[in-house]
Amino acid sequence: MATMRLSSMLGQRRNGPGRPLHWTDIAAYVYLALGVVLMFGPVLWLVLSSFKTQSALLEFPPSLLPFAQVEVTVSGQPQKLPLFRAKLPDGTVRELAQVRRIGLIAQMVDPADPSQQFRVAIDKREPVRRVALATENYSEPLQRFAFLRFLYNSVFVTVIATLITLLINSMAAYGLAVYQFPGKQAATLAVIGTLMIPVTIILVPVYLVVTELGLTNSLWAVILPGAATPTGVFLLRQYMLTLPKDLIEAARMDKASEWQIYWRIVMPLTLPALAVLAIFSIMWRWNEFLWPLAVLTKTEVYTLQIALNAFQGELQTQWHYLLAMTVVTLIPVALVFVFLQRFITTGIGSTGMK
Amino acid sequence: MSGVSSTIRPERGMATGALARLGQVAVLPVGVALRLLDPPMRWMQRMIGARRMAYVFLLPNFVFFGLFVFLPIGINVVFSVTGGTALFPSQRPYVGGDQFAYLFDCGSYLDPSSCREDHFWRGVANTAKFVVFQVTAMVLLSLVTALVLNMKIRGRGFFRAVYFFPVLLSPVVVALIWKWILQRDGLLNAAITTLGGQKILFFVDPGWAMFWAVFVSVWAHMGFYTLILLAGLQAIPADLYEAAEMDATPRWRVLLRITLPLLWPNMIVVIVLALIKGAQTFDEVFVLTGGGPGTATLMVVQYIYETAFSSQVQNFGLAAAASVVLGVVLFVLTLLQFAAARRKEV
Amino acid sequence: MRAATPVIASFTLSLLAATAFGGPAAAETTTLRMTWYSDGNEGEVMADLLKRFHEQNKDIEIVLDQVPFKAINETLPVQLASGQGPDMARVVDMGGLSRFALDMRPFLKDPGYWETNFGPFLEWMRPAGDTKSIPGFMTQLTVTGPFVNKTLFEQAGVAMPGEKSTWEDWAKAAKQVADKVQAPFPLALDRSGHRFYALAVSQGTQVFGANGEPDVVDGGFKRAAQLVYDWHKSGVMSKELWGSVSGTAYRGANDEFKNAQVVMYLSGSWQISQFAKTVGDAFDWVAVPNPCGLGGCSSMPGGAGLVAFKTTQHPKEVARVMDYLASEPVLAEFYSRSLFVPGHLGLAKKGLDYPTASPEAAAALKVFTASAAQISPIAYRIQGYSNSRIVLNAVISRLGQAVSGETTLEDAYKRITADVAQQIAERNKK
Repeated sequence: MATMRLSSMLGQRRNGPGRPLHWTDIAAYVYLALGVVLMFGPVLWLVLSSFKTQSALLEFPPSLLPFAQVEVTVSGQPQKLPLFRAKLPDGTVRELAQVRRIGLIAQMVDPADPSQQFRVAIDKREPVRRVALATENYSEPLQRFAFLRFLYNSVFVTVIATLITLLINSMAAYGLAVYQFPGKQAATLAVIGTLMIPVTIILVPVYLVVTELGLTNSLWAVILPGAATPTGVFLLRQYMLTLPKDLIEAARMDKASEWQIYWRIVMPLTLPALAVLAIFSIMWRWNEFLWPLAVLTKTEVYTLQIALNAFQGELQTQWHYLLAMTVVTLIPVALVFVFLQRFITTGIGSTGMK
Repeated sequence: MSGVSSTIRPERGMATGALARLGQVAVLPVGVALRLLDPPMRWMQRMIGARRMAYVFLLPNFVFFGLFVFLPIGINVVFSVTGGTALFPSQRPYVGGDQFAYLFDCGSYLDPSSCREDHFWRGVANTAKFVVFQVTAMVLLSLVTALVLNMKIRGRGFFRAVYFFPVLLSPVVVALIWKWILQRDGLLNAAITTLGGQKILFFVDPGWAMFWAVFVSVWAHMGFYTLILLAGLQAIPADLYEAAEMDATPRWRVLLRITLPLLWPNMIVVIVLALIKGAQTFDEVFVLTGGGPGTATLMVVQYIYETAFSSQVQNFGLAAAASVVLGVVLFVLTLLQFAAARRKEV
Repeated sequence: MRAATPVIASFTLSLLAATAFGGPAAAETTTLRMTWYSDGNEGEVMADLLKRFHEQNKDIEIVLDQVPFKAINETLPVQLASGQGPDMARVVDMGGLSRFALDMRPFLKDPGYWETNFGPFLEWMRPAGDTKSIPGFMTQLTVTGPFVNKTLFEQAGVAMPGEKSTWEDWAKAAKQVADKVQAPFPLALDRSGHRFYALAVSQGTQVFGANGEPDVVDGGFKRAAQLVYDWHKSGVMSKELWGSVSGTAYRGANDEFKNAQVVMYLSGSWQISQFAKTVGDAFDWVAVPNPCGLGGCSSMPGGAGLVAFKTTQHPKEVARVMDYLASEPVLAEFYSRSLFVPGHLGLAKKGLDYPTASPEAAAALKVFTASAAQISPIAYRIQGYSNSRIVLNAVISRLGQAVSGETTLEDAYKRITADVAQQIAERNKK
């Protein structure tokens, strides 16, 4: 019965009430359910792990939730003692607090009755644990540096760079989509050719250019080099090509200037594609690491990504901090996702990438 | 600015009112600047004529391209014909084609270990292998996902967003998450041992390492390509499907006869984009596998980066030579895309 | 339009704020920049000391720029070459950066103090042929050496090899223990050329030929490489360190050691503070003297130095800061709070107290300080050689390939020789 009802419910939209599911529908739901686990699961795992203590992170098998060993106060002991579940020689199992461990033997007491002492082999005891969030993974590093300054820098870079990108990319896309002029082919080819060059392989020359411009250690050194994106021009041009030409002709009849046509007619019509580019630009800028690392050396201009990665030393990586700080940088991404996901899907869906 | 949305309403169905408002707020300061720019632009138009305004529109973007892409490429070419360790091109001794000769000094181009600079050729071979697997998997999986997401199912918007989510993560974070899951004592090995299996050291086995490099890269970027294909699917006229349903055509036949042929232009875009991006892969694989084991997942871009930065002798010349070679290869791919794009416009 | 005003206002404000970054600081104080990376708490300790310095010297302010280690190794050299570097930085590749280092002698209060206490280490910071300049001091001297999980030995009922035992003895014992307690890593050696040389020197490698040029692959080197290769074959070493990442990438087993999966871990003194903190009461761990071979029992010295750079506009002020930081009481505090082996001969001789250290940590520091006194001249010479990282990188990259099964050891030997020759030639191109 229940499966019948479920299947008719799921199948409703497609086949009308009561029609049985086609096997492809069932396969589709299985596929989608798997997708949810596979796409969200890893990120959820990262978030859970970031709340584990340094030693809990190293455990195997890893526990799903962050646990920490329970510590109890025992009268007569200056410090809190860790609590274990110990199997005594007579076969009984009791919760005991460990006073100290010498070699393979642990010296334990009953927290309720400290006068009772036990000697337990270390493989005969198990820690008593409770769910506990290691929030110090977050608070310690965040207190240690000027978090707000770095946040401000990152936001500044992201916002300004995205605005510049939207402006100059849309201008170029407009030029390429609307006009016929000598050199158009070459310009289009140059844009697409630029798409081929990953920043990594021209890092040193770009650094030289930025140094010659006197921009090092200024946020503009991060903002400007990536401001003109080939992807953006390409995306917007493709979209603008689908706009009706007579709209522009009509505006010209009305004596609108070319500049007015661009920003009062074409820009508003291109909003969906602009929104997509904005989302991408925000992501690129927020996540940028290698390039800021090269041009920013002064603490006051660090972006979050650089500051948070200071936990990667020569010889050790402080995983508990690194995971926590990764989650911190993910928060804006998650927010963008929650608020903009509707626009992401509809926006890209209609950018006319065809 | 307030007049924009009331006088000219966005006509495209997808541009909802909320989206338009959002875009407005984001672009508002720019909007004010744009209005202020009108008088000088008018003057400019009077001076050079409406048609040549195209150059004015292209100018800012191309100034940026010029300064931060074309000029650096030029400097890279200069680097590639000079040697030594000096940073400024003027201080570097000219060595002609030595760097290229060194790079291409091979017994046989099919066997990286016969080359003097074997790491470069191993990088080339690995990248080629990676791109073949990655693009195949990417295209197939995003096609299947797009088809599924195009079905009339409940929660479609949510599921579309789910598949797009990883696209928003930075490559470093993506790699870090998966490295954390795949390590010896990670989540996956915990699952395997619970099911009674033996722990697998994924990053010690060349085959596994390459598999996970491809997997993670597909995981991270699939959403983007899925959406491109989804856009294509939605552009297919519905009456074609209705006609097929009238004739009681089996679903697989509809797929083969209607859907796939009409989706082909979008498929080309996906294939070419995936190919280009795949060949540029660096940070996610680098953080995930470190290029190992041995050099089994060392990519060309990683080779270039390490030659220029990580070695004690920062060998900008050799790195630049390798990047010029990579650039030429990628340029061939560009022309391919250009040809494909032109064919579509006809 | 009304709605636009606050947005525009905040936009303009943020622009103003941005331009304010570039503005000059207060006129009388000199601001110096120090670029710093951290493995543990040393960044906090340094920040403390600098604050104290500023309280005593109001005219100098030092900004501590904390960066990931990647920046020190990869982008700092480019920044220095382009004249954009900091005034001082904590660096590891002291030889490689020596061409940018500032000779502080004219500005120091007492260069003699520096000569006496940092003498052997100053050579690491000097360009080849220079025997006099004073560019900085050691923030930490590191000594390689093994850590042993004593509890695992006890659980397995195997006796720990004593002092002067050979590498082979240790490998055999560690394997026995690991088999009994099912630990996946009997012997772990950091994937690092520097750590490999701790083994190679004790196997008798000479590194340099008669003409003073590197002759890397000699008998001792081959013995060491063969040992590592065979250990991977027989399961004494797990491929997870040497056989996973590529090139010069570093991999340590510190996390695995903390998790009681490693019986014996050859790493170095820098691990002490985090072991003390993370292992806690979980098991007993000890540092033991370096194992021996045909070439003796030497470990490798290393470390990081705080170096001043030529490009600074304020050499006098830089020297004042350095004089302060290098002075005996200040440096003693720095070493002892960071749990570092002192790179200051006077302090090393006197012995340093580590009041914050746990008993295990204090015992380990003692072992390492003792082995620091027995480092062979060859080991010093490799560390001080200005092209040392070329050698170390070539070695680890090629041996890694052999261990992973991609090439043979013979191939690796040929490639190492060729790599070293090619890179030194490139460096000498003028």
